Amino acid sequence: MAKLLGIDVGSTTVKTCVLDEDFSVLHTSYVRHFSRVRECVLEEIEKVRTMSETYRVAITGSAGLGLAERGKIPFVQEVQAAYAAIRKRYPDADAAVELGGEDAKIIFLTGGTEQRMNGSCAGGTGAFIDQMATLLDCTVDEMDKLSLSAERIYPIASRCGVFAKSDIQPLLNQGAKKSDIAASIFRAVVDQTVSGLAQGRRIKGTVLFLGGPLYFLQGLRKAFRETLSLDEDHAIFPDDAPCFMAYGAAMSAITSREEKFEDIAARIAAARDGSAITVGKPLFASKQEYSDFIERHRRSDLAFENIFRYEGEAYLGVDSGSTTTKLMLITPDDKILYSHYQTNNGQPLEIVANKLRELYSLMGERIVIRGACVTGYGEDMLRAALKLDFGIVETMAHFKAALHFNPDVDFIIDIGGQDIKCFKVKNRAIDSIMLNEACSSGCGSFIQTFAKAMGMEIEPFSRLGLFAQHPVELGSRCTVFMNSSVKQAQKEGASIEDISAGLSSSIVKNAIYKVIRARTPEELGEHIVVQGGTFLNDAVLRSFELETGKNVVRPAIAGLMGAFGAALYAKENTKKDVLISSIITEAELKTFSYSSRSVNCKGCTSHCSVNILTFSDGRRYLSGNKCERGAGMKVTEDPLDLYRYKYRELLALPDPARGGGRGTVGLPLQLVMYEQLPLWTEFFETCGFRVVLSEKSSRELYFKGQHTVASDTACYPAKLMHGHIESLLDANVDFIFYPCESYNLDEHDSVNHYNCPVVAYYPELLKANNERLNDGNLVMPYLDPNDEKSTVRNLGRALKRYKLPAALIRKAYRAGLARMEAFHAAVVEEGKRVMAEAKARGRHCVVLAGRPYHADPEINHGIDKLLCSLGLAVLSEDAVFEEGRQVKVNVLNQWTYHARLYRAAELCARREDLDLVQLVSFGCGIDAITTDEVRAILERSGKLYTQIKIDEINNLGVVKIRLRSLLAAIEEQKRMREDV
Amino acid sequence: MKQREEAPVADFTEQYPRFPQDKRGEYLILVPDMLPWHFGLLTSVLKREGYRMEVLKNEGRAVIDEGLKHVHNDTCFPALCVIGQYLDALKSGKYDLDRTAVLITQTGGGCRASNYLSLIRKAMKAEFPQVPVLSLNFSGLERGNGLKMKLSTLLRLAYAIFYGDLIMTCFNQTKPYELQRGACEAVRDDCLAEIGEALAGKGYRKLKRNADRILGAFAAIPVSGGKKIKVGIVGEIYVKYSPLGNSHLEDFLLSEGCEPVVPALMDFILYCVANNLNDAEFYGKRNAATPLFGVAYRFLLHLQKKVIRRMEAQGRYEPLHGFKLLRARADEVLSQGVKMGEGWLIPAEMALLAETGTENIVCAQPFGCLPNHIVGKGAMRTVKTLYPNANIVPVDYDPSATRVNQENRIKLMLANARERAEAQDVPV
Repeated sequence: MAKLLGIDVGSTTVKTCVLDEDFSVLHTSYVRHFSRVRECVLEEIEKVRTMSETYRVAITGSAGLGLAERGKIPFVQEVQAAYAAIRKRYPDADAAVELGGEDAKIIFLTGGTEQRMNGSCAGGTGAFIDQMATLLDCTVDEMDKLSLSAERIYPIASRCGVFAKSDIQPLLNQGAKKSDIAASIFRAVVDQTVSGLAQGRRIKGTVLFLGGPLYFLQGLRKAFRETLSLDEDHAIFPDDAPCFMAYGAAMSAITSREEKFEDIAARIAAARDGSAITVGKPLFASKQEYSDFIERHRRSDLAFENIFRYEGEAYLGVDSGSTTTKLMLITPDDKILYSHYQTNNGQPLEIVANKLRELYSLMGERIVIRGACVTGYGEDMLRAALKLDFGIVETMAHFKAALHFNPDVDFIIDIGGQDIKCFKVKNRAIDSIMLNEACSSGCGSFIQTFAKAMGMEIEPFSRLGLFAQHPVELGSRCTVFMNSSVKQAQKEGASIEDISAGLSSSIVKNAIYKVIRARTPEELGEHIVVQGGTFLNDAVLRSFELETGKNVVRPAIAGLMGAFGAALYAKENTKKDVLISSIITEAELKTFSYSSRSVNCKGCTSHCSVNILTFSDGRRYLSGNKCERGAGMKVTEDPLDLYRYKYRELLALPDPARGGGRGTVGLPLQLVMYEQLPLWTEFFETCGFRVVLSEKSSRELYFKGQHTVASDTACYPAKLMHGHIESLLDANVDFIFYPCESYNLDEHDSVNHYNCPVVAYYPELLKANNERLNDGNLVMPYLDPNDEKSTVRNLGRALKRYKLPAALIRKAYRAGLARMEAFHAAVVEEGKRVMAEAKARGRHCVVLAGRPYHADPEINHGIDKLLCSLGLAVLSEDAVFEEGRQVKVNVLNQWTYHARLYRAAELCARREDLDLVQLVSFGCGIDAITTDEVRAILERSGKLYTQIKIDEINNLGVVKIRLRSLLAAIEEQKRMREDV
Repeated sequence: MKQREEAPVADFTEQYPRFPQDKRGEYLILVPDMLPWHFGLLTSVLKREGYRMEVLKNEGRAVIDEGLKHVHNDTCFPALCVIGQYLDALKSGKYDLDRTAVLITQTGGGCRASNYLSLIRKAMKAEFPQVPVLSLNFSGLERGNGLKMKLSTLLRLAYAIFYGDLIMTCFNQTKPYELQRGACEAVRDDCLAEIGEALAGKGYRKLKRNADRILGAFAAIPVSGGKKIKVGIVGEIYVKYSPLGNSHLEDFLLSEGCEPVVPALMDFILYCVANNLNDAEFYGKRNAATPLFGVAYRFLLHLQKKVIRRMEAQGRYEPLHGFKLLRARADEVLSQGVKMGEGWLIPAEMALLAETGTENIVCAQPFGCLPNHIVGKGAMRTVKTLYPNANIVPVDYDPSATRVNQENRIKLMLANARERAEAQDVPV
């Protein structure tokens, strides 16, 4: 009798299952394949060779497809395999959730069978969890254990590992507890499953949980049970969950041909790769080329001074980066006394304190630190904790260091663990800064994570790539995408060497074409200095030289440039009469310790999560706050902040005492309503309705509507809209009014005056995906606000049941338009006041330019407050654009909101007291067009362009670095102008 | 309403080469491989106006890499493919760079696709500053840089699209069943050549004769009996039709033993025309061109009816669907006010396919496509409520999304389809 053999080849593991003809389980296995797919499958099936002479076999799984095709073995799609197995083993289940290495799936079994897989851009899977464990510097099992003792949950984006990292890193740097972060990571995975996969359908009833991560991780199980409110009876975790798909494959093998074991094994063994992958040139053609390369770069070294003998003064630089901590001590003539580089393991303070203790013992009485400076993510915290003299923004530190190596430098690129920073330099001043956006940050730490996944350390792994014969082309995008490219390459049989080289070249292409957005290598400049830990990797350095066709300078201390720059800064800025640094003394260090806890600030509605570090000498350090109030300070002066003004005025528009005779109307304050709230408030109140606004935006509100989000790659403002709708439904309004508008108001400054497709038609999506909505409670007429006649008619039709006279509608609509114009005029007026006041107080103004709905504090994450706290006055694009000239641009200028951007940029380009920072929502396809244009307008008059991409993630740390870099550069430019 | 301000204009536009209309014959115009079934026929027509054109067929990683260099991460995949194809071709050395231009379509709609032109211009400026970019549009954009056409040429183009649709439809309905490999391709090439000649010369208006010729040629191909699983392809216009955009989706479906059902291109044209009429009706947006759109609409519907009648008379092939039916299906799902990108056309096609027996559907979209949030993924729930048997899979296309990933999702949809076919006892 032939046995049934099911083989499940996932992205990271191989599972096998042998069944009797009556489907009873005889054998299962589960192992990681470390990309050696074919070999691993052969080893695993070898174990069952003796169980039966003949088998019927089927393969399933994402990485099994190619193997099945080439080995001519029947393939069954993995969700289908799971489906078959579930119906056999758990006929009572209502739904099943399966998390695999890189896939996530949901199967709804009752109430309309449906099977879903994650799209191509979705984290929240096993690989994501692995990546996060690496970040926490623990194993997945340790992370699991930690999570069980968590006390609080932080919001973490799980859509992709890159986002989550930028959420987690600041938490780590601020000293948040690992256990809390671990639990938050699991919660993020659950949220991702609910929003990304269920998409409007509730997961309820008896739910089956499958796949490796859900089998092994208690914390993840707990998070799912809690979020979906399932009790023990309704959350089933089968004992054979990891091999469930293999079981399903074995079941479906019943229709396969009966074959001898040897035949099956032979075909798998012979299933060698096709040639579907594209390969590039080797990094080095010969050993000679390699040694020339090494020799050339050896020239860019710094001199050393012996710390055991040296006597005199010294300067300390500390670079507390996102994943690594660097220290350097230099002599007044720039020789290195001491340097240190290590991953910070989420404990930067601990590390620096320890290293200082070590330094003190090395220096003895001979060496005196006269000045100390810190830079990087941990700057504020370290400066406060260890009483360093100076803190500078890291872009300045890197620039200072690069200047030291090449005074003619005109381009600096720094690739670190998770940042890419590039500066163009003109006249020895930073001319423009480019930092990676959240979605293209496939940076250095990616190689590290990947090396770990292959069971190797990063150094030997990247060295493997140096002499690879056929480096794989992996594309140049974010890590999630690269992961699947790697998967494909593995499937096609690429060697580890080729993949390693391919990864190095991907990182370089990503930096050049996506971050710098260079069209040709010539744009970069003549004198390029490369730095950052990632460039210590020779394969990356070589890839960069090959791609740009230029020889570049890589200092031997490439990984320490931030610390070196900080030390240089300390040296240059220590005043003559200061003989000793204020840095924590050796005696103080002996008793130094700290503890951390976190609280929610109740100063305002932002409810910032504030971390409090308490030091042993009683001092405290607060972080995570967006404004002074969060730091326990009194707000002394009226902030010059138009965003705050706009938001406050909008909320005050509806008059609870007005209207109500005809009923209540709910207006969702999001997207287009941020512009048109005055119009519709006045309209409905004039018509005799009482206006009810949706709840204020918050993360909680987002979660409230998350289950109805249909497309998880839409922008955050759109996704928040789902929560606003839920809140209005809960408020029992008679109906929700939300118009569809292809056309926005014609402001006569663009070829056409469209809204973007999402703003224009979102009501359609809401109606289609929220089962609580119907024609009665969602009134969504199609309107063109420019045409009164059709608007009055269409409003009348939409509100037919209230039998409003056309004359009333017309009157109310006119009143509404007048109110909107008055509101706009007031914003412009306030803008003028802010500008005048800023001038009086000697403040610089920044036009924070985005869309009307960026005024929402949940969307802008308090960036306006941050700007104010940096001593700036904040304006909005709609307050100033009319002062800008009409513009002619290179793109088709056909959206109302975007036309405002161009004009606001035109104004800033010619005004010395104004600078522009563009806010861009992640996933905004139209801003992909506008950003280059706004940049061009500003740069033509030598202004710096700064773009901030915002999403549901709330990571002001990175934003702060950008803004401070901008300020530092503005200052520097000003100084240059004054010098001339 | 705000009044027009008479303010000085700040001009940030960069200079770009103009296409010398008077020397049009000296230039070779490169056309992207957007509509493999139709562009060949369209270029035959435009030859009459003195435009020499070549439809590009280059593919591969080099094309994508060139595109990646010049196109923003968040910009649509089709823009990337088009630009990549141009640059890859221009770098091949096959073309006289001083006598070559490139062509792109613009609809002037509210989605960013109409900005492909400026993206291409930027890319050309960086690499081939002498190469002019031409616009093919009917919205009055890019005056002076568009193709100049006589009314009679427009008429020929309309016929060309109908013939292209007919050949595509017959091919797709025959290919899965052909007994002799390559027979369908041979007939297809014959038909395209013959119709291309008619379009360039005389006889293109003999719709009955030409349609019957096409239908007869395909019907003469020996086929096997039985029925295969039908899979509809809807979505954003480029990835719906272009094999470069959708990783050869039609071929993949054929290799999986399915019959691809690709809706007609004319439906998209009619959709664009209807949107102008809808704007007039919804918002009173009328101008001098509005009556012309009305005339065009009625004329195209009239031609469509004739084509359908030929197909019905021939009897072998499932005829194209009337456009009015499509509009009626749209109204069940969402308003025809949704007019950006492919707008209401996508849910309408999904609904009509599901209703007429093609329940399995691939909804192809570029990753992050804005209109598709609403009309693709956003509308699927409604379509499934209306047609509970609809088995739809949304597939994102992207330069870095791998074929494994895409095909795995399509395979899941096909597995469902097969299971249902078995349950209904339809031989697979």
